[in-house]
Amino acid sequence: MESNVQDREYMCSGHVGCPGCGAAIAMRFLLKALGEKTVMVIPACCWSIIAGPYPQSTLRVPVLHTAFETGGAVASGVRAALDLQGDRETTVVTWAGDGGTFDIGFQALSGAVERNEDFIYVCYDNEAYMNTGVQRSSSTPYGAWTTTTPGQEWKKLRKKNIVEALVAHRIPYAATASIAFPEDLMRKVHKAKGIRGSRFLHIYASCPTGWRLPSELAVKIARMAVQTNIFPLYEVENGVRYTINYMPKGYLVREYFKLQGRFKHLTDADLEEIQRMVDEDWELLLRKAGLSPGAAGPIATPSRASVPFRG
Amino acid sequence: MKKVVEGSHAVSEAVRLCRVQVISAYPITPQTHIVERLSEFCSNGSLKAKFLRVESEHSAMAALIGAASAGVRTFTATSSQGLALMHELLHWASGARLPIVMAEVNRALAPGWNIWTDQTDSLAQRDTGWIQIYCEDAQEALDSTIQAYKLAETVFLPVMVILDAFFLSHTYEPVDIPDQSDVDRFLPPFRPSFRLDTRAPAAFNQLSPPNVYMEMRRDLQDAMESALHALLSIDDEYRSFFGRSYGAVEAVHCDDADIIFVTSGTISSTCRLVVEKLRRDGEKIGLLKMRLFRPFPYSLVKQWTLKARKLAVIDRNFSFGASGIFAQEIRAALCNEPKRPLVFGYVAGLGGRDVTPELLEEIYWKTKTSAHPESESLWMGLQHPAPAA
Repeated sequence: MESNVQDREYMCSGHVGCPGCGAAIAMRFLLKALGEKTVMVIPACCWSIIAGPYPQSTLRVPVLHTAFETGGAVASGVRAALDLQGDRETTVVTWAGDGGTFDIGFQALSGAVERNEDFIYVCYDNEAYMNTGVQRSSSTPYGAWTTTTPGQEWKKLRKKNIVEALVAHRIPYAATASIAFPEDLMRKVHKAKGIRGSRFLHIYASCPTGWRLPSELAVKIARMAVQTNIFPLYEVENGVRYTINYMPKGYLVREYFKLQGRFKHLTDADLEEIQRMVDEDWELLLRKAGLSPGAAGPIATPSRASVPFRG
Repeated sequence: MKKVVEGSHAVSEAVRLCRVQVISAYPITPQTHIVERLSEFCSNGSLKAKFLRVESEHSAMAALIGAASAGVRTFTATSSQGLALMHELLHWASGARLPIVMAEVNRALAPGWNIWTDQTDSLAQRDTGWIQIYCEDAQEALDSTIQAYKLAETVFLPVMVILDAFFLSHTYEPVDIPDQSDVDRFLPPFRPSFRLDTRAPAAFNQLSPPNVYMEMRRDLQDAMESALHALLSIDDEYRSFFGRSYGAVEAVHCDDADIIFVTSGTISSTCRLVVEKLRRDGEKIGLLKMRLFRPFPYSLVKQWTLKARKLAVIDRNFSFGASGIFAQEIRAALCNEPKRPLVFGYVAGLGGRDVTPELLEEIYWKTKTSAHPESESLWMGLQHPAPAA
């Protein structure tokens, strides 16, 4: 198959991510799409480690490692300095995990996008604080085990909808992307690169370690998240114009859950409840995209037939 | 050119003269006048800088860390709770060896809410790796800000220029504002050896395991140790340009003094009057004004105090469970000297309470008539004296 993915790599071998790390895959595709005129700001997250210890670095672009809650602010400063020096060509990117985005870094992110700072903020989402050993975040989904939601204390709260929170700021561009859909991911990075102002990318990046998942299923599980509507692929322009990029065939969410150790405690009733939540969220998204959930046609809600997954 | 300006605006003028490129700030009383004036300068084009109106002091410092890492000259100002909120990033700025300059208006910490002067906010940041310069008046605030950029960009450490709330920040004084051309000659454009550069990609502030971290800390300390000499040399050069200099400490009548007051900030001005009066009365009294607090000027403190019998250290600050902070530092500086003065610590003026000439005289006589300090710190001017322990 012909591919328009460029050969040039901006991530060297030798990163120190876990086997099957979705965040490493995500970075590789991001940089392929951005190219060398990129400055990367990395607040505390798995990538503070994955990038490698002094004096090595796995990235071939300048990287500024910084404090956990500063992604939005530090990138604002870098952008201001580059502008002052007449450099409008370089793209400033903040690369943060779900902790640094959904939780501790949310204030600085909200502040930066309210100012419409000219940068791309990427959240690679592995749905918990993985760098410190799998503690819950506000991105951890309903039903998940983590080390701070153990046993019967599994998380009984829904995942924060970060894209909608960013969309509410009316930023020029917000989109979801997945490591299982690299061409869609890179198209969105290209698109974001061509827009001025605040752009937000929410990348679904599976974590075999934290999800209690075999490493070789890292990409498959990310694909299933999209196919089941657990993580829909869509874009929002200027806070109002929604485009859904992938219409699922109607797989049931239970297939996604049963592969991962973090959900193994869930009962059939729990899974039905989660299915209800996922359907509800999807219907809401369809409405925002101007598509009626009940309408006939190719973009209607898929039938509930249980279709077996082919990895 | 001499103009009557507010202390805060003296700092703003200095920042303009230093051609700062990125300013990032969040308002907090009593710092606001500094950044409001800078906003005007940016708005009317008299300063070509990008002003980032961030959503917190934490982000103010974070944004400057980004900007300074990308190679431009930066400024912010803060006070009290704002400085406390920035605390984590003060370590980042110094650890990353970024020459950020910040004006810090000394203000008490809550609760209870108190917007008046008190040094505990800045002194609580003493271990963050920032150079700290305490100013006595508006002229010194302006001059120290200009010197601070040169110092920061010489030793690659951030510098805090510290002003007393209201007594200095909101008081109008005649200030000599230097010519831009002279400042340009004194302070060349900022050209860092390393910066974020896509043509020379590098990782900054990355994971640093035990085999390298300690050397990085030692490098920072080496820079701190070099900062005293650097400041004195920059201060000399400043005098040759502008006719004013301040040293790291200022000794007044210390050569033959039995008792030396040790002060910082605006209390120094009040103390000058008291020293002159007591000298006229025949008392052998001196004044050592502490301008530089970090790096601590050990050699100079020893040079000026070892011959005295007693020191009366005035602390407008307190470290709970210990004593006034300047007193602690001065005791530590002298403790290995076989012949050294007794160190009397006095806490006064917290939360903006006035430190009057009468109170300083009372402190003098108390020091003169006491054989030994009664405690680590005596609290002066209390309306309800603490019960005896």
